[in-house]
Amino acid sequence: MAERIVHEPTGEDFAALPVAERLPAARGAVPDAAPMVEAEDLARHFDVSRPWLQRVLAREPRRILRAVDGVSFAIPKGTTLSLVGESGCGKSTVARLVVGLYAPTRGRVLFDGQDLARARASAAQRRRMQMIFQDPYASLNPRWRVRDIIAEPIRAFGLVRDRAAQRDRVAELLTHVGLSPLDGEKYPHEFSGGQRQRISIARALSSNPEFLVCDEPTSALDVSVQAQILNLMKALQRELGLTYLFISHNLSVVRQVSDRIGVMYLGRIAELAPAETLFTAPRHPYTRALMEAIPDLEMTGRQRVPVGGEVPSPISPPPGCPFHPRCPLADARCRAERPALIPARGTEETLVACHAVEEGRDGDPATAASARALA
Amino acid sequence: MAAPAFVRAFDSDLWWSFRRSPVTVLSAVVALVCVGGALLAPLLAPHNPFDLASLNLLDAFKPPAWAAEGDLAYPLGTDDQGRDMLSAIMYGARVSLLVGVSAVLFSTLLGVALGLLAGYLGGAVDAVLMRIADIQLTFPSILVALLVDGVVRAALPREVHDQVALFVVIFAIGISNWPQFARTVRGSTLVERNKEYVLAARVIGLSRLRIMLTHVLPNVLGPVLVIATLSLGFAILAEATLSFLGVGVPPTQPSLGTLIRIGNDFLFSGEWWITIFPGAALVAMVLSVNLLGDWLRDALNPKLR
Amino acid sequence: MAALLEVRNLRVEFPTRRGVLTALDGVSFDIAAGEVLGVVGESGAGKSMTGAAIIGLLEPPGRIAGGEIRLDGQRIDNLPYERMRRIRGKEIGAIFQDPLTTLNPLYTVGRQLVETMQVHLGIGAAEARRRAIGWLEHVGIPAAAQRVDSYPHEFSGGMRQRVVIALALCAEPRLVVADEPTTALDVSIQAQIIALLKRLTREKGTAVMLITHDMGVIAETADRVAVMYAGRIAEIGPVREVVKHPRHPYSVGLMASIPPLDRRVERLAQIEGAMPRLSAIPPGCAFNPRCPHAFDRCRAERPELLEAGATRAACWLYDPASEKHVPESAIHG
Repeated sequence: MAERIVHEPTGEDFAALPVAERLPAARGAVPDAAPMVEAEDLARHFDVSRPWLQRVLAREPRRILRAVDGVSFAIPKGTTLSLVGESGCGKSTVARLVVGLYAPTRGRVLFDGQDLARARASAAQRRRMQMIFQDPYASLNPRWRVRDIIAEPIRAFGLVRDRAAQRDRVAELLTHVGLSPLDGEKYPHEFSGGQRQRISIARALSSNPEFLVCDEPTSALDVSVQAQILNLMKALQRELGLTYLFISHNLSVVRQVSDRIGVMYLGRIAELAPAETLFTAPRHPYTRALMEAIPDLEMTGRQRVPVGGEVPSPISPPPGCPFHPRCPLADARCRAERPALIPARGTEETLVACHAVEEGRDGDPATAASARALA
Repeated sequence: MAAPAFVRAFDSDLWWSFRRSPVTVLSAVVALVCVGGALLAPLLAPHNPFDLASLNLLDAFKPPAWAAEGDLAYPLGTDDQGRDMLSAIMYGARVSLLVGVSAVLFSTLLGVALGLLAGYLGGAVDAVLMRIADIQLTFPSILVALLVDGVVRAALPREVHDQVALFVVIFAIGISNWPQFARTVRGSTLVERNKEYVLAARVIGLSRLRIMLTHVLPNVLGPVLVIATLSLGFAILAEATLSFLGVGVPPTQPSLGTLIRIGNDFLFSGEWWITIFPGAALVAMVLSVNLLGDWLRDALNPKLR
Repeated sequence: MAALLEVRNLRVEFPTRRGVLTALDGVSFDIAAGEVLGVVGESGAGKSMTGAAIIGLLEPPGRIAGGEIRLDGQRIDNLPYERMRRIRGKEIGAIFQDPLTTLNPLYTVGRQLVETMQVHLGIGAAEARRRAIGWLEHVGIPAAAQRVDSYPHEFSGGMRQRVVIALALCAEPRLVVADEPTTALDVSIQAQIIALLKRLTREKGTAVMLITHDMGVIAETADRVAVMYAGRIAEIGPVREVVKHPRHPYSVGLMASIPPLDRRVERLAQIEGAMPRLSAIPPGCAFNPRCPHAFDRCRAERPELLEAGATRAACWLYDPASEKHVPESAIHG
């Protein structure tokens, strides 16, 4: 807290510039640019014990839910990292950690090279990160007019002080996300789910952020509307050079938007790989099981072999590799020793936390895939 | 900026459900007559019951105008000192309403503020505030009001007490009723604080106070309106009870409760009108307000619609 | 094959103070014994409403305002509540999205199964219990003999949905209405549940009405599929045809907007706009304001289901008499 950042451009400086010049990375984002966001061994535990008196009376130990338990990644500027996984895997908790809604139990988040807690202490830094939420019916204050909802970050950061200029900026944002400037006068309940999500996006963009955390932004939407929102988000990323952390449970959606994908299971990353590699050569047995489980629209008539069992409780996760009770490749080591997220054999790009992959017990992924197809 | 939304969101629906319920319309008319009569008492009342000069002891104990010995100048009869009952009731309703509304305002402000704090901040603040509310709720409200009144009465010299008596009653009734508001607001706040629009405001980095006031507060006010209406009936009754027991408003400013107490002395000697008419006015006022509150609760609760 | 369930011109209305909303309008379809009919559409299209009308559980003030529903030739849309309640347990089973709404939290799952079978099959308690354990085994609940005495909250979400399936099927109904049976479940559990439902209904020759917004689930499970839009059926036909070669412009848009799993596309196909609210359904074809092929007749006259190749589509493009009769290649081109 003691140090102040010597030169921070003020909000007004930013707002005065046209979009493309505001953001250095606006044109042609370079994937190997410096990371916008880094997570280092990030963990968040929740105490879900019953109240003290009841606990003492029932002689219960404290119950700790390890929602996120040691997650590391970096998101280069102008790219999208997606985290996928089933409910309870901790992906939404990561989103909230990264944007500072939760403080980490362990590890840290770096935002543009600076510790997140310090970055969030400064309005000029906070302005650079925003979030889009899942539920379009809960993410807009029902008592506010749309123009006030969108202008809130502008006012909070003092980006545009003049009322008339604020109004123009809101109109510009509404147009940008495909709504009419007249829509600003209405209330959220007058809009459909997809339109509300556009309003959410306009609000997030109003402080000219560089980094957006998108927590299941399309899961509550119908598929034809989902396509509209995904297209909009991709267009905005190209135009404004945005960096996304994209949270989703839907692999097909993730494939359309990501540069890299992390597959999460029980609070950890099981596999982290470039998007195309993950889909063409999935390595972790859990990633493969997930892909296997998705119903097939191509109607090849292929018989799927669903993975058995269910996700264990994150309050008492299994020892060793959390996936071992459901894993066809599990052996004694998997049951005892927690695998580290390390480069898979034969590639530098794919990181996998799996003893079987490390030891070569998984078989060549290519032959394994064709064997499945034959079966 | 929240107000127009608040009104717009339900005005048309309210109006519709209002018009569909004859009981509610009737209650509203009765309540309007009561409130109008009370507020405009100095203009509408046929006499000024506090103008000692105009009182004539010869006019004492006149029955209502329609009785054999009635006098048209005193439509509802007179009391033991020759005061016109109708005027006394109108002025008395003024005091009852003033105390009731002020007490409800006080408990609303206190309860909403504490409920908001408890719900939004959680943790120790929540635990302490809610335990206090729990403890207070184990005592009947009227007992709490009596207790507060007694303490103040004992602590202040008599002359001072008479001057502040009205405020003491307001405070006593208000303080006995805040836990209701606090609990309701806390409950709604717990729901709202986890909604994503509040998270969005937190991501921006707004202060907790600003989030509570601009985001959470407008969204928890619906049930508060209902409770406030229902509490108004309670507060008027509580004031009447205190005054009936002789610990309420000073006798120089008689409320409906005071009038009922005075009349009570003559109930068995045949002068029934001195106590029945203030009593009827009290019932009409409280019942109409409560029926309005019930309707508001049903109209604002989409599950019952 | 004679139809087990026949729905003809079903119309469901909701009287409100701003006027009567028509939630379903002229919905007609059949389901044969042993057949799985998928019903897809966006939220508010009327797919759940259709299911609710068939099982006689429309939420008031909703009411059937026209048309007929026949089960095995017998009308069931106008039966008194008690008669319908018997049919609902015995002839028609129901599976909903949230298993907790179906299971009574105060009774063990065994008791719920036993009671259902005793009421509808008229068998003794011992026999019913034996069969209850059999059903739990059948739906893949491990240690069924012990778990039969557990309460619903002692099961995980996926296991609960298995119990619900057992409960829906144990009285051996001839029709099962499954409304989003896998939506609340995780992908890996979804696959298990779909496989289970498919296996059991195939074994027993049960007809299934599978309501879901997930095209993947439909593609894997259904024999035929009905696409609903704004309370009407836009297209109905064999699942392969509707998925691979949809004829109605809405189905075409819907299929194209599904993000593919096997490749990345730069820009997903999207249908502009949104489905109209029930209070503002446009005249003519409900889809006409969003339709790239709309012409005058679409705005004036409502299309019936017309033969469109292997499917039937409610679209004037397929009326040979239309001035703008277009072969299907033009739509897909």
